[in-house]
Amino acid sequence: MTQKNRVSGGLIDRATTLKFMFDGKSYEGHPGDTLASALLANNVRLMGRSFKYHRPRGPLTAGSEEPNAIVELRGGARQEPNTRATTAELYNGLLAKSQNRWPSLAFDAMAINDRFSNFLTAGFYYKTFMWPAAFWEKLYEPIIRKAAGLGSLSMRADPDAYDKGFRHCDLLIIGAGPAGLMAALTAGRGGKEVILADEDFALGGRLNAETGLLETGDWLNATIAELSSLPNVRLMSRTTVIGAFDHGIYGAVERVSDHLHTPDVGKPRQILWRIYAKQSLLCAGATERPIAFENNDRPGIMLAGAVRTYVNRYAATPAQRVAVFTNNDDGHRTAVDLQARGVKVAAVIDTRADAPLADAYEVIRGGQVVDSKGRRGLTFVEVKQADGSMRTVECGALGVSGGWNPNVHLTCHQRGRPTWDDGLAAFVPGGELPPGMQVAGAANGVFSTHGALTSGAKAAAKMMGVKAAKAPKAEDAPVSQTPFWYVEGCSRAWLDQQNDVTVKDVKLSHQEGFRSVEHLKRYTTLGMATDQGKTSNMGGLAIMAELAGKAIPEVGTTIFRPPYTPTAIGVLGGRMRGMEFHPTRLTPSHFWAKERGAVFVEVGNWLRAQWFPLPGETHWRQSVDREVTATRASVGVCDCTTLGKIDVQGTDAAAFLNKVYCNGFAKLAVGKTRYGLMLREDGIAMDDGTAGRLAEDHFVVTTTTANAAKVYQHMEFVRQCLFPDMDVQLISTTEAWAQYAVAGPNSRRLLQKIVDAVHDISNEAFPFMACGNITVCGGLRARLFRISFSGELAFEIAVPARYGDALMRRLMAAGEEFDVTPYGTEALGVMRIEKGHAAGNELNGTTTALNLGMGRMVSKAKDSIGSKLSERPGLNAADALMQVGIKPRDPGDKITAGGHLMLLGGPVDAAHDQGYVTSAAFSPTLGSMIGLGFLKNGGLREGERMRLVSPVTDLTVEVDIVSAHFVDPEGERVRA
Amino acid sequence: MIINHPLLGPRDSAEFVYLGDASLIDRPDPETATAEDWHAYGYLRDNPAGELRELWFHEGGDRSWLVVTRNTLTHEITSVEMARDVARAQGRSK
Repeated sequence: MTQKNRVSGGLIDRATTLKFMFDGKSYEGHPGDTLASALLANNVRLMGRSFKYHRPRGPLTAGSEEPNAIVELRGGARQEPNTRATTAELYNGLLAKSQNRWPSLAFDAMAINDRFSNFLTAGFYYKTFMWPAAFWEKLYEPIIRKAAGLGSLSMRADPDAYDKGFRHCDLLIIGAGPAGLMAALTAGRGGKEVILADEDFALGGRLNAETGLLETGDWLNATIAELSSLPNVRLMSRTTVIGAFDHGIYGAVERVSDHLHTPDVGKPRQILWRIYAKQSLLCAGATERPIAFENNDRPGIMLAGAVRTYVNRYAATPAQRVAVFTNNDDGHRTAVDLQARGVKVAAVIDTRADAPLADAYEVIRGGQVVDSKGRRGLTFVEVKQADGSMRTVECGALGVSGGWNPNVHLTCHQRGRPTWDDGLAAFVPGGELPPGMQVAGAANGVFSTHGALTSGAKAAAKMMGVKAAKAPKAEDAPVSQTPFWYVEGCSRAWLDQQNDVTVKDVKLSHQEGFRSVEHLKRYTTLGMATDQGKTSNMGGLAIMAELAGKAIPEVGTTIFRPPYTPTAIGVLGGRMRGMEFHPTRLTPSHFWAKERGAVFVEVGNWLRAQWFPLPGETHWRQSVDREVTATRASVGVCDCTTLGKIDVQGTDAAAFLNKVYCNGFAKLAVGKTRYGLMLREDGIAMDDGTAGRLAEDHFVVTTTTANAAKVYQHMEFVRQCLFPDMDVQLISTTEAWAQYAVAGPNSRRLLQKIVDAVHDISNEAFPFMACGNITVCGGLRARLFRISFSGELAFEIAVPARYGDALMRRLMAAGEEFDVTPYGTEALGVMRIEKGHAAGNELNGTTTALNLGMGRMVSKAKDSIGSKLSERPGLNAADALMQVGIKPRDPGDKITAGGHLMLLGGPVDAAHDQGYVTSAAFSPTLGSMIGLGFLKNGGLREGERMRLVSPVTDLTVEVDIVSAHFVDPEGERVRA
Repeated sequence: MIINHPLLGPRDSAEFVYLGDASLIDRPDPETATAEDWHAYGYLRDNPAGELRELWFHEGGDRSWLVVTRNTLTHEITSVEMARDVARAQGRSK
């Protein structure tokens, strides 16, 4: 029979029927149902297996605190593990599977664990799998993970999109129950910008789950309608505020499409909101707490308030015959509501000897439930009556109530520590709340409906300086909560149902010396599951306090941290995944290079052409070797736009550069460029580049691609913090100019076809290291620098970025007669190694100017950043590392970067280390691999034969130490 | 966190890059400083549980260096100044 347990009433739309599947079986439900309520309506109580003992479990709650009814939702790439059936909204075609069982939910082979429970107690992993240590990673852990795992991932890419958004408000109200709604009315009518967020899909909180709280039945709908009509109030349902962060910033996850089969086209699945709130009011309500007794985890045993939610809101009873076990008046509400829907109340077992009696159902005063029966679902409970006699109460479900705990979680996200309220026998918000936050309603320990309504209105009125809205007439019963955590004599009584922690485990951990609440948590795993112990932590604390002979507040609580409920990594990442993880920057010649079939490489955020394969080339080395050879033979062009460019202007520009570069710039003539080395203040090399002087008060500085942002930041630090009165301005112009290296013996001839004839770029008029403003292609403004990274006669030419593509095409067309060759970053790298130029591998954060062979560049005639500390004796030892070139004895041998240099005959160990290789490449010019590296006292060891050893790649090669300048050591080519 | 920029008003700290203790402004005078002075400047920092003056760079904004006084226990920010003004007030010039 379908929906056997459906009762009358409820907030479901019976006119529409939704079909869904659970573990391959088809069921029906209605809009307004959750997966859990629809399953209960269909008389399905068994929804999952527990983590450790694989015990059959059904829902304990009707909300986000659910520990048991955890399922795999959806199929294919959208499969999502560990989803709470109690919050999953039902939609047509919903697909769900139970987890942590094999082969089926009804028969689970791993339930054998339950028979060995005596061996699987607290700290079991630590005790059993200690030896031998090596077995842990390879054997024990995989087995345990497989046996104890929760849901499984689809192992496919998530097809959905996630967004991030930003919102601002005067008042963020967290929770739309009675307190939150009244606060929103108050602040909204007062004209304040209000955001009212609630994790549920229906606003109203307990007003939806209870009967008879308000005297007027339509107040909730009228209030939601009024709030919706106010332009300054934003209602955000399906939105969980997951964390309270610094300075009034709140994180909230909106589940935009989780209630749909698939997200609407163009819509994200979820949105992570960053809400900037001037003030916030926490109206998060309270969570009911269970009472632990023997075998209290059978499907059908749930919180009494959850039973009311299922019956009143979802019109679904967990069984046809229900009993209640309570220590307070709330349990009686459950009995009344069940009877009103025609469900048989088997009995109300009340621990209090003076419990109120009722005509309509039996009350067992001073009774306690001591055990339960029914392997896959509750069949009866054993009750110990006040006189000590035992009695059996037949029931398919049991509602349990041990009182309520205020939801203080967000008050603790910064420094707040809850304080113990003896009257409520519960923790209430205390200590330092997040600045700007206040708490109202049940979250603040105000449990009556009247109290919640008025406290919400009053708090908002006070915070916003407006008039409090008038509350409707509401229930105002006195609240009495007395502590009753567990039934005497029980042992396998579950506290944390998700992590299978029992009363016995807590006692055992105490016995074994874990006395701190944080130790208890980690040793027993109490509260460490996906529900974070929302229904279990208090019970554990109470038992621990009792064993230690302390009061609960002395024991204290563990710390609540964000997020409030489990949050998908996808929504934290938002759109920033795959290639969108960071911005992709394209060079001005990118589309041209793509047309040429270039292979690209990511360099920081940039995509740069790595090499340009020609038809017939099957290996990258063929392309790279050809590019190097062709450039050295005639002319090559490479896009070097990605190098950082910083415009330095002002009357103190030269004095400023004198500070940031260790070498001198004051005397650099206009129209000249100079190589510059920047040091960190501790004397280590930071970056290198060139500075060209375009005018007396105008320099153009280049940095390496990787350090562009960092160097700019450093220069601004020097300018603003160290020399605040220097007349100098900086601006990054990296993106403003397209810049190409034109290198090779025919580079001048090629450029003469591009540069307007009025500009003489002959060797006499425009010698090595010259620079200047020029025009190209008939009047386009451009800059020309005669600098060389390749070691050839070379120039760098820059035009405004939007002309970059055109200039590259023009260079290629004009260069046809010289067989001009575009080259990529690999050829660039090979040529700079051949020339012995340092790059990132050598400027690696451990090397000084001295190590780099530029010790004499550090000017003693002036102060510059890093000059003083570079003089430290430790950095200037006689055997300091110096940059050298490395060549294999046998041209066929390999050189690898990272390999270490050892004496030919000596031992190979760290104590005898002589140096290391930083860069290596095959040099088509020399016909063998070559390398750059650092060698102790390297300046004096040219010609020495050594061993290059790389234990990582199992390499031992005989090498010669040579000059780092493999090509044109005299520098004749660059001056040609 | 929100940093109340003296020129631009409240800005999210995500727009900024953090450097560290504002004592980095007090670069020793190269004419007179001893090796100990340079060592202290380069390597010695207080690590207070409480108010700390620290340097933040508005990289995603106007590229100002700021001196932010922040309580390391509560993250409360009690003052935000332009680092340039602080440097001048401490006697730094050219």
